[in-house]
Amino acid sequence: MIELLAHLGKSTRASFSKLGRATFFLLQCLAGIGSVLPRPRLLLNQLYSVGVLSFLIISISGLFVGMVLGLQGFYILSDFGAEETLGVMVAASLVRELGPVVSALLFAGRAGSALTAEIGLMKATEQLSGMEMMAVDPIKRIISPRFLAGFLSMPLLTALFSVIGIIGGQIVGSGLLGVDEGGYWSQMQAKLDFHDDIINGVIKSVVFGFITSWIALFEGYDAVPTSEGISRATTRTVVNSAFSILGLDFILTALMFGDD
Amino acid sequence: MINRDPHPNTLISVSNLSFSRGNKKIFDDISLAFERGKITAIMGPSGTGKTTLLKIIGGQLFPEQGSVLVDGQNVHQLRRADLYTLRKRMGMLFQSGALLTDMNVFDNVAFPLREHTKLTESMIRTLVLMKLEAVGLRGAYNLMANELSGGMARRVALARAIVLDPMMIMYDEPFTGQDPISMGVLVHLIKALNKTLGLTSIVVSHDVHETAAIADYIYVISEGKVVGQGSPEEIRRSDSEWVQQFMTGAADGPVHFHYPAKDYVDDLLSSGKRY
Ligand SMILES: Nc1ncnc2c1ncn2[C@@H]1O[C@H](COP(=O)(O)OP(=O)(O)OP(=O)(O)O)[C@@H](O)[C@H]1O
Ligand SMILES: [Mg+2]
Repeated sequence: MIELLAHLGKSTRASFSKLGRATFFLLQCLAGIGSVLPRPRLLLNQLYSVGVLSFLIISISGLFVGMVLGLQGFYILSDFGAEETLGVMVAASLVRELGPVVSALLFAGRAGSALTAEIGLMKATEQLSGMEMMAVDPIKRIISPRFLAGFLSMPLLTALFSVIGIIGGQIVGSGLLGVDEGGYWSQMQAKLDFHDDIINGVIKSVVFGFITSWIALFEGYDAVPTSEGISRATTRTVVNSAFSILGLDFILTALMFGDD
Repeated sequence: MINRDPHPNTLISVSNLSFSRGNKKIFDDISLAFERGKITAIMGPSGTGKTTLLKIIGGQLFPEQGSVLVDGQNVHQLRRADLYTLRKRMGMLFQSGALLTDMNVFDNVAFPLREHTKLTESMIRTLVLMKLEAVGLRGAYNLMANELSGGMARRVALARAIVLDPMMIMYDEPFTGQDPISMGVLVHLIKALNKTLGLTSIVVSHDVHETAAIADYIYVISEGKVVGQGSPEEIRRSDSEWVQQFMTGAADGPVHFHYPAKDYVDDLLSSGKRY
């Protein structure tokens, strides 16, 4: 019993100290963003490896998710004779929920884990130390550009996911199941609210991009510099990002759509 | 803390330094001085903390006690910006090379120039090729860091460490993994850099002969203490058992080849039990 308590105490203290380190890391990282702006090349390189290289997985996933939504939506809506509103259903689900959440989960798996492994390996091979000795701050040179790239890519990737998903729903809906194409688009335009749906979706994706990039970079930077330590850190990035994304999604949804 | 150093000509002075890793005391109240424009060697058995000492001098690790003065500045009390300004004048050659793996040799050597100066690309090119020529790797400028052998990587790291023309340079095991020819070139290069640029050098090495040939002063450290110091001649003639053992490479003596462990026979007989 005592042992259990002692163990509990120890791990609580460890998590608090980790939280402290993570917060300090975030502050340094944010402070470093100022020195990225005069060097757009650093940012562009990262936008490419973090963002552009995620295009494919995001597009393909978006297409399939949209097509599944089209199928499922059609079967339910056709019971009520409301196939016309398929477009609204697909678009609202994507823009409000699935777009931000699924792209963030994919992003954590594709780009987040890669960032953690990259930074962890740089630490293990003394590249970060080496930079410090060359009077180059690794936070400013390595971390901040990657953070900014992750943060900026997420809303764009989310938009891509949703747009392709909506097209996927339309392909299945009007292509296969015979929903009127004009109805699909016009109902969607009429019912989707710019503020409630689109802006809220963008806010979600911005929050998820922030949190996922933070987790991924911190786990890499804080990793035990061994191959085992890096593999654990990579796992933690994916798991912690997933939890944070899903948990935050609930909270954000409750705040945004709770009172109407 | 007052600089109690006897030599006014000291660039780096380490005073009463203590440092531990976990329960293991790495340095126990150790003091060393490194003279301007001289090559000072640090020798000692593997695992005594030579690399650790360089990292403390570079301000990457913090001592528990004592101070490190570099060019009159207390490294561990400097503000971050001042520490970085100081580091621009300190070159360090890492034991592992620590090259940036996503860049080729040329960009690695150019890295400090691109980060810290506003030189034009053509000037950077000239400087980088000069330094690469000095370490014999101008022809390898196009290789990626992971395409180099260990010895080549260390020479590229050396080129990178001197590209900003620092006032001092810390070499961590520069000779390891070098064939006799590049070893000779390196020994010559370290000596030449020291002579022509007046660079203060700290060389950490196990290679007794090469080191004795270029060093002006040698510290032998073991188990957290300085066990011998002096010019190479003095060290060779030293009557300290520690120093003699180290210089002649005998397995028996006060320096233990083995990391501290329990009795060997006990350990073998107790096999099956986990530690
Ligand atoms: N990150 C670390 N965590 C814990 N202990 C460490 C760490 N790095 C080094 N040590 C310990 O500190 C001691 C000194 O290590 P250091 O690397 O300074 O030795 P060294 O003299 O450079 O050895 P070598 O000649 O083999 O390079 C060793 O006993 C090592 O076990
Ligand atoms: Mg070492």
